[in-house]
Amino acid sequence: MEQQFDSATLGMWVFLLTEIMFFGGMFCAYMIYRNMYPAAFASTSKHMEPFWGATNTLVLIVSSLTMALAVRAARLGQQKALQILLLLTIFFGLCFLGVKGVEYHQHWVDKNVPLIAGHWDYSNSEEFPNQAQYAKQAQILFCFYFFMTGFHALHMVVGVALMLTIFFMARRGKFNASYFTPVEISGLYWHFVDIVWIFLFPLLYLIGRTKEMM
Amino acid sequence: MSTVLQDPQTVAETPNYLNAEYGWRSWLFTKDHKRIAILYIISITVMFFLGGIFAGLIRVELLTPQGDLVNSDTYNKFFTMHGIIMVFFFLIPSIPATLGNFFVPMMIGAKDLAFPRINLLSWYIYIAGAIFALAAVVMGGVDTGWTFYTPFSSTFSNTFVITAACGVFIAGFSSILTGLNFIVTIHKMRAPGMTWGRLPLFVWANYATSLIQVLGTPVVAITLALVGLERAFHIGIFDPAIGGDPILFQHMFWFYSHPAVYIMILPGMGVMSELVSCFSRKAVFGYPFVAASSIGIAVIGFLVWGHHMFVTGMSMYASLYFSLLSFLVAVPSAIKIFNWTATMFRGSISYATPMLYAFGFIGLFTIGGLTGLFLATLAVDVHVTDTYFVVAHFHYVMVGGMVLAYMGGLHFWWPKMTGKMYPEGWAKFAALLVFAGFNLTFFPQFIAGYLGQPRRYHAYAPEFQVYNVLSTAGATILGLGYIIPFIYFVWSLKYGAPAGNNPWKAKGLEWETTSPPPTYNFETTPIVTEEAYAYATHKKEEHVG
Repeated sequence: MEQQFDSATLGMWVFLLTEIMFFGGMFCAYMIYRNMYPAAFASTSKHMEPFWGATNTLVLIVSSLTMALAVRAARLGQQKALQILLLLTIFFGLCFLGVKGVEYHQHWVDKNVPLIAGHWDYSNSEEFPNQAQYAKQAQILFCFYFFMTGFHALHMVVGVALMLTIFFMARRGKFNASYFTPVEISGLYWHFVDIVWIFLFPLLYLIGRTKEMM
Repeated sequence: MSTVLQDPQTVAETPNYLNAEYGWRSWLFTKDHKRIAILYIISITVMFFLGGIFAGLIRVELLTPQGDLVNSDTYNKFFTMHGIIMVFFFLIPSIPATLGNFFVPMMIGAKDLAFPRINLLSWYIYIAGAIFALAAVVMGGVDTGWTFYTPFSSTFSNTFVITAACGVFIAGFSSILTGLNFIVTIHKMRAPGMTWGRLPLFVWANYATSLIQVLGTPVVAITLALVGLERAFHIGIFDPAIGGDPILFQHMFWFYSHPAVYIMILPGMGVMSELVSCFSRKAVFGYPFVAASSIGIAVIGFLVWGHHMFVTGMSMYASLYFSLLSFLVAVPSAIKIFNWTATMFRGSISYATPMLYAFGFIGLFTIGGLTGLFLATLAVDVHVTDTYFVVAHFHYVMVGGMVLAYMGGLHFWWPKMTGKMYPEGWAKFAALLVFAGFNLTFFPQFIAGYLGQPRRYHAYAPEFQVYNVLSTAGATILGLGYIIPFIYFVWSLKYGAPAGNNPWKAKGLEWETTSPPPTYNFETTPIVTEEAYAYATHKKEEHVG
């Protein structure tokens, strides 16, 4: 049993390594373009709403706390607490996705969606002195924004589904103080997805606000 | 480690993984790593012959200097599909997913891999990827080359790039899951006494391969996802018209695909250590160095990708760095070659079929590796970039190395997997055909390439015809050399002589159980009391693990 726990945990860590490389590819490409077009990238980040980004950061950090407490409850065999904490984690995960949805909607209204014809119009951005040149570079940033947050949101959706599964398993009394491997490893996954966001938030939302320092 | 030879008749009757259950459901829903390995063997054999058909079409077209069989567009699709199928659907899964899947757990004395369900899932993912790749073929092919270079692939190509890229993307996850499974299995499931210093070198090689699969594959996945999105939505990440950088694609692609070259050779090197040691009746010379060189190749292999890009206008300093590291990565490969040779020195060598393939590997891989150094040299590389010299180089490594090792390993372990012997005479004949046919196919390409014949054209200057005729003739022989083993392997399933538990008198836990092995591999968990390759009974060498 202990060997299975060890194997499963190691397996999840190795999986998270591949996830790091997966996101790492995107982060690397993002850094290169940010280095190529710093001004355009800084200006475009003003179209992000740091209030929503910060809210989501907070939501995720709290969800990580409830997740960590859930693992602790599982380890101690506290069934009721485990279920409540899992529900809270799911709730915060859904909050995050909801806020992300609000933001995406705002971009849609502002015509900041370069992926879809008819929803990309950057000419009304007053802060651009050289419209044509910046508009194209801004398009690349928005693509990165949608890819990176999109892939992250996808991971959140998977995470919420995972937590629902764990919750129903917990309700059926699958876990006890000596067997809680699924709680532990899905917890690892959840924390990983949170940490990705911790990097995404400053990279995508806050560059324009540190422009003077660059 | 004594081996009790049983009466062949009783061996055939013993319960084993093949007769434990019957019916297609018992195969498609199996969690037995041995059955999954068999599923993989069947799937990659299909892909191998499919890729081989495209190779044959290429060689037929190149028989004459004019483009008279197919037009250039069709030819582009031929070499692209040949590359995609052979690289992603044959070479990468070839040894890890088949022989590795079957023997890594057995060699460390485990009942199965750590995650049997994930193992089965990886096969289904592979099949899903293969279906996408085949769909791309059926719908009309892809013409970007297996490397999917942008902006051609993302903007200009009018073929089914997204379908093929999806196939590669999906198959990548099968590779990741196999690697993940191996890493955890090797860490956590070794039998008592099976220390890291006693692991067979095949296991070390698969461990190093798994590291690359786990760390490299996700990068190509995200890269191909970006190409697909770029193609679908024209968003500009790789499009210079918008400000994107197509060279970035090459960096990200080769960051995976160069290490992937080592996914395609390291397991072959692992097989080689087993073969050379068994048929020389000696422990592998310098075990710690051979084991460490696998890890060394995996690590340095991640730092050399830029040598595919010397002519892209990359910074000169980057080129110097990549050139230097490409020379360095040759060192661990050379250590292996020298150590196998030293293993054979004063060994009592027998010339069974697997050993013939091992000899072939040493010769051909050495040529492939040394011509790799030509290509790592900046000035020479500029001269031969995108010529047949490069084509010949990597075929010496991929086919002369990996395919020969795979064939050698398949012959070596066939008796264990099926309980039946293959016909030795035919097998030797086929091994010689493969060796001769291979050299006749690819050696002339070195010359044609050095003289300037560019790769990936369906027509060429008439003075190169003699090399191409030789090459096509060789490919015919090579093809025959693959078909013969296919026939006698299938034949041997029914008519082969019973193999017994250990026909080669080989060392290693996999030979201590019955042939074919029982469902859980061992009657009781084995306890390991000696080093790997303890062939010399009169003197025990002390190895430092």
